[in-house]
Formats: sequence, C-alpha cells, structure tokens
Amino acid sequence: MNIIEIRGICKTYDKKTLPVHALNGIDLTFQKGEFASIVGPSGSGKTTLLNIIGGLDDPTDGVILIDGVNITALSGRKKTQFRMKNIGFVFQSFNLIPVFTVKENVEFIMHLQGISKEEREKRTNELLDAVGLNDKKNNRPNKLSGGQQQRVAVARALASKPKFILADEPTANLDSKSTENLLDIMEKLNQEENITFIFSTHDSRVVNKARRVITIEDGKVISDISN
Amino acid sequence: MQTYFKLAWRNIWRNKRRTLITTASIFFGVLLSTFMTSMQEGSYSQYITSIVNSYSGYLQIHKKGYWNDKIINNSFLFDKNIESNLKSIKKITIYTQRLETYSLASSEDVTKGVMVMGIDPEKEDKITNISGKLKHGRFLKNGDNGIILGSGLARFLKLKINDTLVLIGQGYHGAGAAGKYPVKGIIKHPSPELDRILVYMDIKNCQDLFSAPDMLTSVVIMVHDNDEVTLVKNELVQLTDYNTEVMDWQEMNRLLLKQIESDRIGGVITKGVLYMIIAFGILGTVMMMAERKKEFGVIMAVGMQKYKLIFIVILETIFLGMIGVIAGTVASIPLLYYFLFNPIPLTGQAGEMVLQMGFEPAMFFSMTPSVFYEQALTIFIFTLIIGIYPVLNIRKLKVMNALRS
Ligand SMILES: Nc1ncnc2c1ncn2[C@@H]1O[C@H](COP(=O)(O)OP(=O)(O)OP(=O)(O)O)[C@@H](O)[C@H]1O
Ligand SMILES: [Mg+2]
Repeated sequence: MNIIEIRGICKTYDKKTLPVHALNGIDLTFQKGEFASIVGPSGSGKTTLLNIIGGLDDPTDGVILIDGVNITALSGRKKTQFRMKNIGFVFQSFNLIPVFTVKENVEFIMHLQGISKEEREKRTNELLDAVGLNDKKNNRPNKLSGGQQQRVAVARALASKPKFILADEPTANLDSKSTENLLDIMEKLNQEENITFIFSTHDSRVVNKARRVITIEDGKVISDISN
Repeated sequence: MQTYFKLAWRNIWRNKRRTLITTASIFFGVLLSTFMTSMQEGSYSQYITSIVNSYSGYLQIHKKGYWNDKIINNSFLFDKNIESNLKSIKKITIYTQRLETYSLASSEDVTKGVMVMGIDPEKEDKITNISGKLKHGRFLKNGDNGIILGSGLARFLKLKINDTLVLIGQGYHGAGAAGKYPVKGIIKHPSPELDRILVYMDIKNCQDLFSAPDMLTSVVIMVHDNDEVTLVKNELVQLTDYNTEVMDWQEMNRLLLKQIESDRIGGVITKGVLYMIIAFGILGTVMMMAERKKEFGVIMAVGMQKYKLIFIVILETIFLGMIGVIAGTVASIPLLYYFLFNPIPLTGQAGEMVLQMGFEPAMFFSMTPSVFYEQALTIFIFTLIIGIYPVLNIRKLKVMNALRS
C-alpha cells in the first residue's frame, strides 16, 4: 500500500504583481521503506514539494493522501498534531533547540506525544546509539559539529516513530566526511528498521546512495528512476 | 509542563547580559517606586494620625451647621440621652465634650482675640495628650478654675504661670461673658497657628463663663482604628436626632485630604514616567524573543502547537518580570525597615513648611503591604502587557515563513 499519494499538486506563490508557479501538477506515490531522493536545479520546487508533503504548506491545487488521510483538508491544529504523530523532519540547519541538551532535544517530541518517562529514556538511548552519539547526550547543540547536529536531528525525527522522514538538503552544510557518515546512518536505519526516507539534495554523492531518484524541473517531474 | 518551564527558563538565560540588564532595570524600578510610595504613604498617615490625635479625633458630633459657622450659638444640649447613646456603642474607646468659642483675652496691657476651648481635662488629655505638650506649670484638673495657654499666646500677652488672664466676650444668645483666670500651665502646641491663640479651660468653667450650661459645640469620639470609623459613624447617625450631625475625620480635614490627594497624583505621574522607562528596557528584550523565528518554525514544524509556543514565550516574560520584581521587593524590605524607624528629617524651607502646618518635619515611611504589592503588581502587569508583543508576533507566524526566514 502507498503511504504517500500525491495527485495533481500545483503551487503558485502569488506575489501580487508576478505569480510564481513553483509546482505544476505533480503526481507521485511512495511506498513504505523507500530511500528516495528528489533532485533538480535551484528553484525547481524541491523544498516546496517537501513542505507540502509534510503539511507545512498548502498546495494551490491537488491532494495529498498519507496512509489514506487527506492532509490538505485538515485544520491547522489537526495538521500540527498529524505532523507530530506521523512525519519526521530534518532541515538543512537550526534543527535543534539550542537550550536543550542532545538528550532533551530527542525527548522533546515524545514529550509532546505524552510518552512515559521510562519509555522516553529507553528510546532516546536506542536512537542516540543508532546515530552514534550516546556519549554526547548531555551536551548542548553548540558543542557539536554540524554533522553531529544533523545526526541528532535524525534521531529526533525518529523519536516519534513517524511513518516517514522528510529531509530537505540535510547535508547541504556538511563536509564530505560528515555527509558520508550521515548517509550511512540513514541507510542503515532504512535497511535494518525499514524507515522511509525522502530527501532532497544537490549533492551527487547523496544521489548515488538513493535507490530512487526523482528529478524535477520547473515544478514538474521529468524523471523518476528506481534501481 | 516541566519541560516548558525548563525551556522558558533556559531561553531567558541565552543572553545573560541582556537578561541581567533587563531584570536590573525592573529591580531598580520596583525598588525606587516602592521607596517613593512608602515615603508618601508613611508621611500621609503620619499627617492624618497627627491631626486626628491632636485635634479632630476620629468622629465628632455637632449641632447641624456648626462646622460651617463655628459660633457659640451653634451649640447643643448634652443630655442624658446622648450620653447613654455614646455609652451604648461598644466600639467607642473614649469620647470627650468640648465647648469652643472665641473671645478677647487681656493681660495687663495687651489684648488679643483667642480661641477658648472648654474641655474635660482628664478625657481630653487621653485623646490629645495636652499634658505631654506642657512647657511650664501643670495641667488642669477636673473642675479646675485655672487655664492653660499656648506658648505663643503667653509670649504675646507676656503672661507667666500664676498671672491672671481676663476673658471678655459674648456668651450664648448674646449674654455678656467676662472672667478672670489664673494661668496654670503653658503648652507648646505643634500647630504654630493654634499655639498663638489657644486657651484651654475646664468645660464647666467655660459653660459658666459663656452662659451655656450643659451646652457643647462638639463631642470628640475615638475608636480603635480607622477601619471602625464608618461603622461607628453609621451607628451614631441612627441614634442622634435631626438637630445634630456626625462628622468623621475625613469630612473635618477636607483640606489636608485634598493636599494628600494632589500629592499622590504627583507621585503617580513620577512613577508613571519611571514605569515607562522600565517598559522600554523590557520591550527591547522582549522584541528579541520574537526574533527567534527560525527556531519557532522548526518547533512548530515538528509538531508543537502554536498555543504551547505562545505559552512558553509568555512564561519567558513572566520569568523576566518575576526575577526583577521579587528581587526589587525583597531588597526594599530592609531598606524601608531602616527608614521606618529612622525617618528622614526635613530641613530648610520644606521643613519649615511642614512645621507651619503643624506636623513633624520629617519624611516618614510606611510598610503597609499595599506599598509593596501595588508597586510589584503594577510593574509586573506592565511587563505582561509588553509580553503581548511576541505573542502577537507568534500568532501571525506561519510555519513556512518562519522556516524560510
Ligand atoms: N514564499 C515564497 N514566496 C514566493 N515565491 C517562493 C516562495 N518560496 C519559494 N518560492 C519560489 O518558488 C520556486 C521554488 O522554490 P523552492 O524553494 O521550492 O526551490 P528549490 O528547488 O528548493 O530550490 P533550492 O535548490 O535553491 O533550495 C522558486 O522560484 C522560488 O523563488
Ligand atoms: Mg530548497
């Protein structure tokens, strides 16, 4: 079954004078366990697409079904709750709450979900082990390298046991070693725990790791290759 | 919940210096305005206490119209009825009768208009403590045939103890009044004005002199404290007849109260300016809060509801306000405690002015709870009002725009 079904998504940013057609009719489906990347030149609409899939932005036209739920029809508050329960996010930067330690950052969403203390601690430990940062758990983000911060962001995104994780250029600010490290962890989580990742990127090394590459240009899918 | 408090608390310490400057401005604002309020209220209550205890008492009964036209013809008969009514009210601690009027006073070669006050020496002394103001001689006994003079008057008339004073005036309903009285004592009245015109004598003596047997111009009534005044007044009004009226100290001291009120307003204006200065300091800090857009965007994206975010930002403002307000209040306690027992003496012109009004020339302090909580509350509310700014900002915030900022 498709966990994400995108039908006829259009997005127009209407600047009063000159409307920008960021997405022009996108149809896509994603299955559980995918490791898919979205590529395309700058301004092609990658971020816009990911934001719409994640319910952060509303499409001008079209429908998004996540596990059969039409999220475009949800009200603001319901949508926020839906995100909290179903979608993990990793952004390009500033992912973490600066005044919280690594551990507190990972626990934060579980707090919002109302998960018990024991469960939270257990899961935080598991996740930090998975991203190899358990020894840093009491540090604040500013004591971590960019790559380490992104790994914490992945752990944080996973904490809520989401249906999939959306990552908009997660490696854009990382050096090549950190990029490789982060990708390895994501790949491992994908293969061993069947976590679904959808990420956008400019980086050819990242693209090479993906098992499905969707290319968009001018807000349209121009190729969709799985291997 | 604990997480939100933790988040808010740590957020305010992200910029230690800024938070310290902000809380310090709140701290000094609270300290200063509390100090000022304490000094004002302390001095006011000193004035009020002094006027109540040296002259008006808490309540007085007069014949209707006496207060506006203080002549002996506006006196009333003090009968058994009134007496038993006064005794029936438990909250009255003490009352005393007075017969006040004006007459001419002469010594051997000087004559002057004076105020003659017939009093019940024992009871009057318990209320206005005349004996405590004695400079020379002794105080009157009940039924005494002597008189007591203000020192200013004694000097003017060149009278010493045991000299004779002659009073000549008009009695009740035009009767002639004249008598000779030995000077038994000289007092220094705190009001310089009264000190120059006051003559005390036993009330019986006074009633005889002015042909007004059993007549009074006023009954002065004391209660335990100000809180009981209204209650007792209402009871008295019920019991007295249409000929008499009951006035409380506020009605009798309108002028003083007016002065206090206008002084208070002046204080409010000064404090208002102070609050504004503090408010701008806080505003700067609070505006910074609204600038963490990107962070707010991420927090909302991962699933935190907006109202919770607003709650956290409000908490941050509350913490900022509380640190300053609590520290300021705590610091003001020992300060005011010191000045409560060590009033600041007034010298020079200001001191002279207060002295002229018959009050002790010093700034007194008050530690009434309201001095503290009113200032603390006002400044805290100011802080909260300023805290609306980031709330409005977050309300408008769209996740998308926040993330892109
Ligand atoms: N909030 C907005 N208002 C107006 N136009 C916007 C807005 N956001 C994006 N756009 C426009 O929509 C188009 C798609 O932008 P988007 O950010 O999705 O591209 P992208 O593929 O993520 O680019 P990049 O690789 O540079 O991140 C661009 O032309 C952009 O200028
Ligand atoms: Mg982008």
